[in-house]
Amino acid sequence: MTNQYDLIILGSGPGGYVAAIRASQLGMKVAIVEREKLGGICLNWGCIPTKALLRTSEIYHYMTHAEAYGLKAEKTGFDLAKVVERSRKVAGQLNQGVTGLMKKNKVDVHEGFGTITAKGKLTVKTEDGKTIELSAKSIMIATGARARDLPFAKADGKRIWTYRHAMVPEEVPSKLLVIGSGAIGVEFASFYSDMGAEVTIVEMLPRILPVEDEDVSKHMLKALKKQGMTIMTGAGVEKLEAGAKSVKAAIKDAKGKVAESEFSHAIVAIGIVPNTEDTGIDALGVKTGKNGHIEVDGFGRTNVEGILAIGDVTGPPWLAHKASHEGVVAVEKLAGENPHAFETGNIPGCTYSRPQVASVGLTEAQAKEAGHKVKVGNFPFIGNGKAIALGEAEGFVKTVFDEKTGELLGAHMIGAEVTELIQGYAVARQLETTEAELMETVFPHPTLSEMMHESVLDAYGRVIHM
Amino acid sequence: MPIELKMPALSPTMEEGTLAKWLVKEGDEISSGDIMAEIETDKATMEFEAVDEGVLAKILIPEGTDEVQVGTVIAIIAEEGEDAASIEAPAKSEAPAKKKEEAPAAEPASAPAAPAKVAAPAPAPAAPSGDGDRIAASPLARRLAEQNGLDLAQLSGSGPRGRIVKADIEAALEGGAAAAPASAPVDAGDIPHETEKLSNMRKTIARRLTEAKQTVPHIYLTVDIQLDALLDLRKQLNASLEPRDIKLSVNDLLIKALAASLMQVPKCNVSFAGDQLISYHRADIAVAVSIPGGLITPIVTGANEKSLSAISAEVKELAGRAKEGKLQPHEYQGGTASISNMGMFGIKQFDAVINPPQGMIMAIGAGEKRPYVVNESLQIATVMSATGSFDHRAIDGADGAQLMQAFKQLVENPLGMLA
Repeated sequence: MTNQYDLIILGSGPGGYVAAIRASQLGMKVAIVEREKLGGICLNWGCIPTKALLRTSEIYHYMTHAEAYGLKAEKTGFDLAKVVERSRKVAGQLNQGVTGLMKKNKVDVHEGFGTITAKGKLTVKTEDGKTIELSAKSIMIATGARARDLPFAKADGKRIWTYRHAMVPEEVPSKLLVIGSGAIGVEFASFYSDMGAEVTIVEMLPRILPVEDEDVSKHMLKALKKQGMTIMTGAGVEKLEAGAKSVKAAIKDAKGKVAESEFSHAIVAIGIVPNTEDTGIDALGVKTGKNGHIEVDGFGRTNVEGILAIGDVTGPPWLAHKASHEGVVAVEKLAGENPHAFETGNIPGCTYSRPQVASVGLTEAQAKEAGHKVKVGNFPFIGNGKAIALGEAEGFVKTVFDEKTGELLGAHMIGAEVTELIQGYAVARQLETTEAELMETVFPHPTLSEMMHESVLDAYGRVIHM
Repeated sequence: MPIELKMPALSPTMEEGTLAKWLVKEGDEISSGDIMAEIETDKATMEFEAVDEGVLAKILIPEGTDEVQVGTVIAIIAEEGEDAASIEAPAKSEAPAKKKEEAPAAEPASAPAAPAKVAAPAPAPAAPSGDGDRIAASPLARRLAEQNGLDLAQLSGSGPRGRIVKADIEAALEGGAAAAPASAPVDAGDIPHETEKLSNMRKTIARRLTEAKQTVPHIYLTVDIQLDALLDLRKQLNASLEPRDIKLSVNDLLIKALAASLMQVPKCNVSFAGDQLISYHRADIAVAVSIPGGLITPIVTGANEKSLSAISAEVKELAGRAKEGKLQPHEYQGGTASISNMGMFGIKQFDAVINPPQGMIMAIGAGEKRPYVVNESLQIATVMSATGSFDHRAIDGADGAQLMQAFKQLVENPLGMLA
């Protein structure tokens, strides 16, 4: 009887554990099943530990450029083991935090591998070989995803890395090949470049950060090249062979010419595959789509009644906050509340490289493709007093409005601290403000946020500091 | 203070109109009573009269602009001592929320002494919504509603605490589009043609007729009526009225006959109003008048109590102003029954479409000499066919027949109308 629940959640990442807490708040009896560590990839192997690493490389960058601020830092250097240790400690601290949250919200945590055996039935195999039978009215799959391998070269953790290996390095690569230029690829490229590696990025599509606005991609390309990286777009890795001390790559460039190069290490960041194996969804007939992602409606419901899915396992955008929000919407609907169906349009995306990138909504090209007549605003960091004071005068804030309705269709930023700024536009979009309210809003001086105001003003020909 | 001139509500139901023509230009001196503009509503073109004095500083809505919401600032007048040239247009001219309970200042029905011309409402600040409750809606939803002519008060919101958001507007627009009678797109192909934008009047006629034919089940009853006695009486009356310069038309007599018939058969002087039936104690006869670009039905109120000469003078005056597009709304809205006469075109008989909420309309055909049996012998008589269309939800066939009988009786024995 004790193993009877209203809701069982398979996976305790930022989708699963947040959904569990919300369900508990709404009076459900909830269990969570986790095969590894509470908090999932985000907390243990993703968002958080990489931010710890990137903070290190950022400070190291400032140390090596101290004279720009009138400081002297003559003997600089780092202890990589301690850098990694700090990152692991941060992850560990948050993992403990989630354990506490589960207790506080009376969510039962079952450690082990969960498989749905029938509608409403789930078996957990624990590490010591025991099995636990659970049953529930609804089961939510929040098992996430993992890095996709190249078809011709499996990551070995020695010379060929995935994000997971790249997070716990024993040495800084001397010459690093990063395959793929999404957020993960660019963040690791930025980290290792700042830590002294010679970095080459290979991107199959014509531009880096391909989901971002084209202006952002262009600006990032320039910035990374200036930092000394080699960037190859429209290019593909044809062959990757790990040796004892190096990895050999055959790279076909945009013109179709194939050349062999040698690197000390390679990071594969070419996307992810959903974790659906052995969850039991095939036997239940749960419908999956392209790349094996589980298909769901705006409330996380699959085609099988009583089976829900949220987060990375349901497809892009692959973001922790997307999973959390999806989880909340799905649980609220399940509880008979009346949430709005989940949409991806208001989910901000952030890349924590140097410079940072943040965006929400449609790119200019997407807006035009969707049939909008647009008004576009653009304000550069060089026009902002705080940016100049910070010594971070590179980047811009771009806004895209619908000409007729004044709807803020999208916002795209690149430069220092923009990941902390984007939320302003996300709130604006959620509240459905138009350009009029944004123009009337008072932005504090001196802050980087003033650029968000100026960008809106610029879209309507009223920019002040340009 | 510069005075803001706002789009007036020229009828109780007017929500928007076309600013047809400016009769003044920027810089002109304006005195109270000057005609400033012509405004086309769904029914008529009306004159917009100044109530303030000053210099017209700015025209904000150019002439020819369609769908100008009531309450929109259309121009600005600089008062004495103000420099007209320095007056800026307000940043935004927002229409007040469209709510029925906000009685517009110029609502003619509530003005006891109806002014000859519709004056602009005094430039009062835009009224907030009548009940004092602010409608929760996102700024984007408000703007979309305004741009699409939706009344926020009619929508329910799906956002937090019932806030109206973009999705609700989109749903309303989708629903509205689905519910509207979809006119199939017409492709004129390669037939030589020209197209013309529909006037507001044409749009109203189209909407009202579609509504009437789709929602009101019509029953048609036709009688032949001998006209000779009525024509004789008319000749005598006109001879005696000549010194007073009054000339009665056949139609004037038929209006009176219809009004009198309706009083005799009150079951036909009704409106079907959903879950109730309204029976009128007075016959207000709407007279179809064809005017350039359409048709309008000015009303002879209390026709049952009015003398023939009074009816005649009134119809003449109303029809004249109708043709100039200068009727006030209360002069063409309402009525308890209609009469439509196509006799002058030689139409023998036709079935007219009821003008809701009225319960019936009388269609008059041409009076013509026909072989006719009078006193058991075949003679030549002047005869017309009259067809009553009745709202069958409210009026039974037998009641309609009684009305037709009473009408025939009165027309054939017209002295009954005089007493």
